[in-house]
This record gives sequence, C-alpha cells and structure tokens, in this order.
Amino acid sequence: MSILQIESLCVAYDGAEVVRGFDLTLKEGESYGLVGESGCGKSTVAFAVEGHLAATGKVTSGSITVNGTALTKIAEPQLRRLRAAHMSMVFQDPVAALNPTMRIGDQLAEAAREPADILPIMDRVRLPDPEALLKRYPHQLSGGQLQRVVIAMALLSRPSLLILDEPTTGLDVTVEAEVVALISEIAAAEDVALLYISHNLGLMARVADRIGIMYAGQLVEEGPVRSVLRSPKHPYTLALLACLPGRKDRAPGTPLPSIPGQVPLIGALPRGCAFAPRCAMSKPGLCDVDPPLRMVQTGTDHFARCRRLEDQPPMSKEQQTPPTRDLRAHDTVLEIDGLRKTFGRRGLFAPPPVVASDDVGFTLPAAQTLALVGESGSGKSTLARMLIGLDVADKGTAMFDGKNIAALPAKDRPDSLIRQIQMVFQNPDGTLNPAHRIGFILARALKRAGQPHGEQDVIRLLDSVRLPATLADRHPADLSGGQRQRVAIARAFAGSPALIVADEPVSALDVSVQAAVIGLLSDMTAAHDTAILLISHDLMLVRHVAQHVVVLYQGRVMEQGPADAVFKAPFHPYTEALLASVHPPDPDHVVSPLDAPDDPGPSPQDGCPFYNRCHRRLPQCSAMPPPKRDAGTGHAILCHRELQDLVPPERT
Amino acid sequence: MQSSIRGFGWIEMGGLHAYLPARLARSGIALTGMYILMFWGVVALFAPLIAPWDPHEIDFAAMGDRGFSANHLLGTDATGRDMLSRIIWGARTTFVVVPLAIGSAFILGGVAGLAAGWYGGWIDILVSRVGDVMLSFPALILYIILITSFGPSLTNIVIAVTLAYAPGVARLMRGQVLAVKERDFVSAARAGGESGPYIMFVEILPNVGGPLIVDLCLRAGYTVILIGTLGFLGLGLPPPTPDWGGMVVEGVNFLSIYPHMALLPAAAVTSVVIACNLLADGLRERAK
Repeated sequence: MSILQIESLCVAYDGAEVVRGFDLTLKEGESYGLVGESGCGKSTVAFAVEGHLAATGKVTSGSITVNGTALTKIAEPQLRRLRAAHMSMVFQDPVAALNPTMRIGDQLAEAAREPADILPIMDRVRLPDPEALLKRYPHQLSGGQLQRVVIAMALLSRPSLLILDEPTTGLDVTVEAEVVALISEIAAAEDVALLYISHNLGLMARVADRIGIMYAGQLVEEGPVRSVLRSPKHPYTLALLACLPGRKDRAPGTPLPSIPGQVPLIGALPRGCAFAPRCAMSKPGLCDVDPPLRMVQTGTDHFARCRRLEDQPPMSKEQQTPPTRDLRAHDTVLEIDGLRKTFGRRGLFAPPPVVASDDVGFTLPAAQTLALVGESGSGKSTLARMLIGLDVADKGTAMFDGKNIAALPAKDRPDSLIRQIQMVFQNPDGTLNPAHRIGFILARALKRAGQPHGEQDVIRLLDSVRLPATLADRHPADLSGGQRQRVAIARAFAGSPALIVADEPVSALDVSVQAAVIGLLSDMTAAHDTAILLISHDLMLVRHVAQHVVVLYQGRVMEQGPADAVFKAPFHPYTEALLASVHPPDPDHVVSPLDAPDDPGPSPQDGCPFYNRCHRRLPQCSAMPPPKRDAGTGHAILCHRELQDLVPPERT
Repeated sequence: MQSSIRGFGWIEMGGLHAYLPARLARSGIALTGMYILMFWGVVALFAPLIAPWDPHEIDFAAMGDRGFSANHLLGTDATGRDMLSRIIWGARTTFVVVPLAIGSAFILGGVAGLAAGWYGGWIDILVSRVGDVMLSFPALILYIILITSFGPSLTNIVIAVTLAYAPGVARLMRGQVLAVKERDFVSAARAGGESGPYIMFVEILPNVGGPLIVDLCLRAGYTVILIGTLGFLGLGLPPPTPDWGGMVVEGVNFLSIYPHMALLPAAAVTSVVIACNLLADGLRERAK
C-alpha cells in the first residue's frame, strides 16, 4: 500500500507556478530522494505535503494522498490530526528546530504519545547516557547530537512517513555519515517511508531506493537509484553528475564541467523543455517548442522528460589530460611554523583559554594550491583570519615575502603587503556590502590595489570573471549566489595577489555552480601565478584541485603532505575517518563506518586530541602527545601507531 | 499595479509613489502618517500666505465673542489673537524645532554609537557610561534644570532635546553596529586595510538604517509632545512665539467657557504625534 501519493500537483506562489504537475508514489518502508538545484521547487513539494506552505503559496491543482486520505479535500482540524498521526519532519538546522529555553526531555515529552517511549528511542538514535541528556538544554549538545534528538522526536509520534529536508547539510562529514546510516537503519526497522529532499547526489546514492531529479518545478527523471545514477537518461542528470569532483575516471586537475546559465525564474519559463536553454543536447525547433514535455519510460520503472532520448550519447568517459602545471622547484610563498592562537579572557579566575591553533606548521609553494581540511572547530578559519590580519597569533611565525605576518594585524600592514594576500569568504550573502553597487565595490578594490579604477577597468575586471558589464549597476541582492562569489573572486584578484586565502568558497553554492566557480578560481590563479590556501571540508573537491593537503583536528596538524600521498595509505586515523564518510554518487560504493567510540567528549589534556574519537587508539594515546612519523616525500603523520599499522585492510 | 523591484528597496510605480522607498510605498499605515506630516509641512512652509491674520495681531473687535465667527474661523485666544493663524504659525515653529533637535540628537548619538560599536574598548565604555548617567536622569528634570539655568530659547530647547535623546540613539546605533560588524563584508574591508572611519561611514552606516529610521520617527513624535510639555510648564519658546504647547496652557484657564482655545492646539499636537507613530509602525512592519 502506498503511504504517500502525489498526483499532478501544482503549487503557485502569488499566482506564479513553482511546482508543475508533480507525481510521486511512496510505498511503505520505501525511501525516495528528491534532488535538484536551489529554486527547483523541491522544498515546496515537501511544504505542500506537510501543509506548511507560506501564506502566499497555494495548491492550485492535483492531489496529495496520505495513507488513503486526500489532504486537499479535508478541513484544517482533520488535516492537523492526520499530520500528527502519520507524518514527521526533520529540517536542516537542528538548532532552530529545538526550543533553546526548554530541556531536551520536556521537548521530547511534548512529542511523545507514550512517555515510556522516550528512553528506548534515545537508545535507538544512539545518544549516550540518555537520562542525563534529557535534563540538558539544546546549547549543551553538539550539532550531531541535536540532529539525533530531532530525529528521535520525529520518530516518537510513530509516523509512517518521515520527511527529511536537507537533514545533514549543516553537519560535519563524519557526523553526516553516522546520522544518515542511523536514519536508514531505523527506517528499515520501523517500516517508515522516507522522503529525502537534498541537493547532494552522493548522499542520495546511499540512502534512497528511488530518486527523482527535479528541475524548474517538474521531475525530469525518475527511477530506481541504481538505474538513474548508473545510466542517467536526461541531459540535466548527466550534467549534474559530471559537475561532481572526485569521479574516479577523472584525473585530478582536469577542469570540472559546469552547467551554464541558471534555473529559470518563476514565471519566466521557456517554451517546451525548461532545461533547453542550458542543455548541450538541445535542438532548436524540437526542444524549445510547445507542447510541454511528458515523462517517457526509458527502462524498468525509469522515466525521463526529454525529446532527444534516442540521440543520447552514452555517459562519456572523460579522458582529458590534466593541464600540465609547471611543477618545477617553486619558491615558497608562505612558510608557517609553530603557530598558536588561543581565545579567552586572561586573568586569575578566567576559564582556561580555548586553543584554536596549536603548533601549526606547513609551507605553501608559490602558484600552487594547498588545502586545509578538517571539521568545524578544527581551527581552519582562525588560521585564515591570522593570515589576512583579522586575528593575531600568540606564538609562532608565518613568513611571507621575508616578513613575519603572524602577529601583524591588517591595520598595521603596509598596502603593498595587503595587496599580496587576499581572501575569498565562504558566504556569498555576506561577502559583498548589500548597500553598494557591484561597480562601486570593484572600483574600490581596484583603487586599494593601486590600479586604475575607472568604469572601463571595472568592466574589464567583471569580464575576467565572466560576468556581464551590466552587473556593475546592480546591488548584491540582485545577483545569484554564484555571481556574488564571482564578484568576490574578482575583488580578491584586483591587484594580482601572490596568495589567496579561500575559506570554503563554494560550499554554499549549488553543485552545478560550484564547479564553475572552482574552475574560475583555478583559471585565475593560473593566470596570475597566485597560490591558494583552500579551506574546505569537501574531500572530493580537495582531491581534485589541491597539490598539498594539511589535515587539521582541534587546531593541530594531524597529517600533511602532497595530495596524492595523503589520499593514499598510510592514513592518519582521522583522515581515514574523513575519507570513509565521503559519498560518491555511486549506489554500489560501500561505506564501512569506522567504529569510533560514541560521545566524543573533551579531548585529553595531554596526549592526542583525536584520542576520544579514534578507532585505532592505544592506551598511551591519552597520556603522551603523538610523535611525528615521516612517510617520505614530505608526507608526515602525527600518530602513536607505526606507519604500517595505519594501512586499512583491503576493502572489497 | 505593475511593479519591479530594483536594488536598494526602491520600487518603480506609477504616479505619486514613484520616488518613495518600497517599504513606504507598500504600507498603507506608513503612507497615511506621511500624508499627515506632508499636510503640516505644507502648512508650515506657506504659513505667511495661508494664515488669514498676523499671529501676533490683537483683534479688539473680537474681544466680545471669542468663539468661531466668519472673521475668525477657529475663534480667537484670550488676548484676541486669531486661533487659526496661530495654529498655522505654530506648525512652523514645530517644523523648525523638531527637525533641528532630532537632527542634532541623531548626529551626536549616531556618531558616538558608531564609534562605540566599532572601536569598542575605552571609547565604548566612555560612551556607554556617560549615556547611562544621562539616561538615569528623569528627562523632564533634565530639561527643567537646563532651561531654568540657561533660559528658554530655541537653541536651548534644541540642546536639551539633543542631550536627552542622544544616549538612546547611541545605544541603538551601537547595537546595530555590533551586529553588522561581524559580517563578512566588514571583515573583507578590514583585511583590505580600510581605515576605521571609512568602514564606519561607508561600509557599516548604510546597513544600519532600518531600525534607526523607525526610531527617528518615534522620537520626532515624542519631541512634539515634549515641546508641548515645556510650553505647558512655561519653559517653552518665549512668548509671543506661536507655540502649540504654549497655546494649550494659555487656553486651559478658559476650558469651561471656550474649550477650543486649549483643545484645538492640543489636537494639532496629537495629529503630528499620531502621524509620526503611524509612519514608524508602518516602516517597522515592512522591515520584518
């Protein structure tokens, strides 16, 4: 029997259709992944099912049936009862989902049908020491623990349908892997149907039975996850998969393909196929004419909405040779040694300071890319802020151009130095001043860089990041996230710097745009002979673009070396854990979670900071700081284990 | 209504609303407030042309009946001066004193708050503590002390209002600056070696507008009341300046015989205060 049935659903905001004829059938215990770029209407579908559409949103036609009851036909009070009885939701941000002023236990009690259910469910989501945890407030828990609480809460009403809207997007990769595994396990045990909303194809490959690719309010391809990801039929699915870094058939350094253009705006849909303007396969006269396209069966239970299915080329094995970058003995642009930074008050009664960076050291050769990898709280951003002078180090040196810049705040740096080190920030929403026009922002950057800064110069700069000159008159709010990040890159390159610090430059962008922005960043660095310090949690991306990798954990360098060496055994146990959490878009990829001890807790005072989460720990690890082990060619690992112990057994 | 949003929240619409910020043009409440203020603004601007009488001229012929008549549409006051003309000229007084007082309060408080929020440290401590001390005085006592010591005059009223309001403005501004300061574009400017004043005035100031504009509207309303109160206490503008507060106090003795003498200027005060509040409410609603 089907738990959820959606038939030709249309949803409009203020009269503009954002979901157009959406169909979906979800059976008991089945897991469905809905994937697409932002603005495709995937969350709107979820909101319609939940009955949480914004005030301006309206279901204009079609039906939603949950457990045999049509939601569109019943009144609000019954609807509420139905929702309470059959559905639960888990949203992206667990911090916002929980009330900060209530104890966890009280919040769970509100959701529970039987108070006796609470403790067993806490066990199910593997929260340690549930009795104590129930008495705590949300701010006392980590993000991963909070999301587990939210999941426990969602399961307490014993739903038959669980809707998960980007449930792990805000979590660290290792935590994401655990949470996702947990959801799948519980869903299977309790026969709960799952509707996943996500932009992450890799994640969907792991958790979904069926997958639907959404574009401009319509499904463009749907089918069993294996079939869709292995033999995608729609050009959009093909393009999305091609954008992902880290495919095995692509050598590191090969330019990533990207999808040109943007998702069409609400109310400005092209005729015929909505994807045609961005499609490499589109044929004038066939794809851009009415009537609207229908879903066509292309395989067992596999459908796609395209007029050129017969002409599809098979998924291309890209055999491009990577552009040979000159790897001769480069000069060093940045040499960091023994860097330490702590935060906290000083004084007799002050709590012990938080160590953000401790004894960090590495060198960055000119015109190369070094990636700093680690979870949130690993001190990556603190390091970036020290390099550009927003924070000053307590100890240690960072030699740049013969000067120690570690303790030199930006306001004391000469302009010549400031021009040489620039930064690209993570969040495209915050990086540009919303009150200024793009032209003003770039002209100011050129002026600060000592360059000519007339209108033509601004246009030239915009052109160098492949943006049209007309954007100069716009404000940041009028630009898409990808465009804003391009402007930020243009600003950073205004004075041809020697070093760019890029803090998660693409993590807030859609997959199709990520590739384009990373490509742009690589092109710009090649053109200006600039070195990049890339901060990222995305290991597939890092493997693709970086020549050197430094793995940080709680402010300490755990492993560093050339990218090839770091991504091969021997691994530091932390690197191994990070790599084990990566989801390639391959349904057959086996993720074997490392049996790390639960509840990280504080790391030991002396000894290895990773001790509490390490799956290879030894008794002496908590007592003594780990020694540095040299694995050759600049590859170093900080661990008590011998190198030969750090090679994981062959996986099959 | 065809409308397309451009940057900076301005909206392109037909007719009169063409050049209003989008927030204002879309809020009926704010528009109502603005129209009332515009009415009084026009009255103030053209007072010499509109007013049928000289506001200081005593009409001995009207001494017999001070009520409404063809000669004096809104009657006369106790000394036989034309009420309508005095209310019209009173608008002028209000529309000079209030913008001056509010303007200087926002400049002083705004700059102090910007500096306190941006630089922190001892500047912040100094601004915040001085502000606390001033806010701990009951405002009315502050005025009475200031004006009784230095005498009632336009300048002294402006100074009194500035001193009374600047701490509150500074406090609001400081909070806004602290929030905006953490955003990446400010970090980018700092890392780019921009100077403190540049960041404060060019990067931060344009982004703190919303709540400050709402506060400005509210404080303008309070100032109208305040000037009325000062006038009522005899600390307002020196007579015979037509001043709504002063007119109320003169008329209050005749409330049982000629209620219009006190009620009409009181109604004028009320309409301006309500207009300021409507404008503030409308803008605040839109700001959400």
